[in-house]
Amino acid sequence: MTSDMVRLIKPLIPALRGYARALLGDRAAADDLVQDCLERVISHWHQRRADGDTRAWIFAILHNLAMTHLQRRANSPLHIAVEDAQESVLSVPPSQEDRLRYWDLLAALSQLPEEQRAVLLLVSVEDLSYAETAKILGVPVGTVMSRLSRARERLLNITSGQVQTGSTASPNLRRVK
Amino acid sequence: MNERPITEDDINGFVDRRLDARREAEVAAYLESHRDVAQRVAGYREQRDMLRDAFAPIADEPAPAQLDLARMIEARNRRGFASHWAMAAAAAVLLCVGGTSGWLMRSATQAPLTGVAALAQEAADNYTVYAPDDVRPVEIRAADRNELLDWVSQRLGRQVAVPDLTGSGYRFMGGRVVATAHGPAAIFMYGNDRGTRLVMLVRPMDTEQNLPMSPFPRGRLNDYSWADKGLGYSFVGDINPDQLRSMAEQVSQQISSST
Repeated sequence: MTSDMVRLIKPLIPALRGYARALLGDRAAADDLVQDCLERVISHWHQRRADGDTRAWIFAILHNLAMTHLQRRANSPLHIAVEDAQESVLSVPPSQEDRLRYWDLLAALSQLPEEQRAVLLLVSVEDLSYAETAKILGVPVGTVMSRLSRARERLLNITSGQVQTGSTASPNLRRVK
Repeated sequence: MNERPITEDDINGFVDRRLDARREAEVAAYLESHRDVAQRVAGYREQRDMLRDAFAPIADEPAPAQLDLARMIEARNRRGFASHWAMAAAAAVLLCVGGTSGWLMRSATQAPLTGVAALAQEAADNYTVYAPDDVRPVEIRAADRNELLDWVSQRLGRQVAVPDLTGSGYRFMGGRVVATAHGPAAIFMYGNDRGTRLVMLVRPMDTEQNLPMSPFPRGRLNDYSWADKGLGYSFVGDINPDQLRSMAEQVSQQISSST
């Protein structure tokens, strides 16, 4: 059972660290959160569903811990602005020809509402299916799709320098449930 | 033209490369003739690739010692062993002094409940709070059963079935997720034509996977609790114990035949 756990959990650790870092904007706090998550995963291992949903289950635990953490942080007066911590969050390799564009994108990412950021990261970066993402966030798939659309549009608007307005001016297509 | 119209969901599926080949071709054809949308899609794809690139280096970072999985599992096992051992030792001490110091035993029996006894306590507490509630006895009603079950399985990490008691004159009213000392639990509520309500509480068990059904009467309330394949169930109501027991047995049969 222990080797089973290691085999299934260990390959996920980099993805969990990345997700936590992107949500919290703070490397040390993110690793603390992942540690907390792994401890829960280990102690509740027998409660996971046997249908191979382990990855979504672990992400759901991490996501819930992150939301609790962010809520607590929002209520505390010592809230560090995400932008200040940005430099330490992700290490874009120096060989990247276009570092500034990466910084712009990550800065834009930190401006998205948490719910949109979470969907975009789970789908785009972690390759979770729309259905798995819905399960992790505890919302219907339709909500995942509309958050994904809004996240992508908003990110593009911010990085291309368009002013964010209440109503969207871009030629969006109809959403069909 | 009888093709399905291209929607925003198709656009996202296209960006994430999750459409089937046929739909993908349809979207690609659509983008050929809609330059503005095509430009947006190109932007989304670039965004996606850059995000993935930005997160990729984390895989090469050495994991900090605090995330050493094998060590965490080992520490956890050691803790579990130590606490078992400590409990056995404490029990031995209490047995020795029990004869002369009765009150010590009393405080020991009032330690936090475990197993099905804890379930029965949690079910009774929730019954007392929610069954008399005329405004919102359940948070999600029976009509939205799927939404309720999604929520419950999400929080419990397990699929849970709703037992059917219409044969005994009780219809399913709905339910909610509730807090217990052992983590989230779900309660399902049933009601009959005379307004009598019954509550079933279900949550994952910490250790015991299977436990036989036992009665836990508390004042006017009767309760039968058991565990089946790692889930604990407690069925409680203000009705006579024989009637409740026969329904609890129906519930238990339905659950074990559905899993």
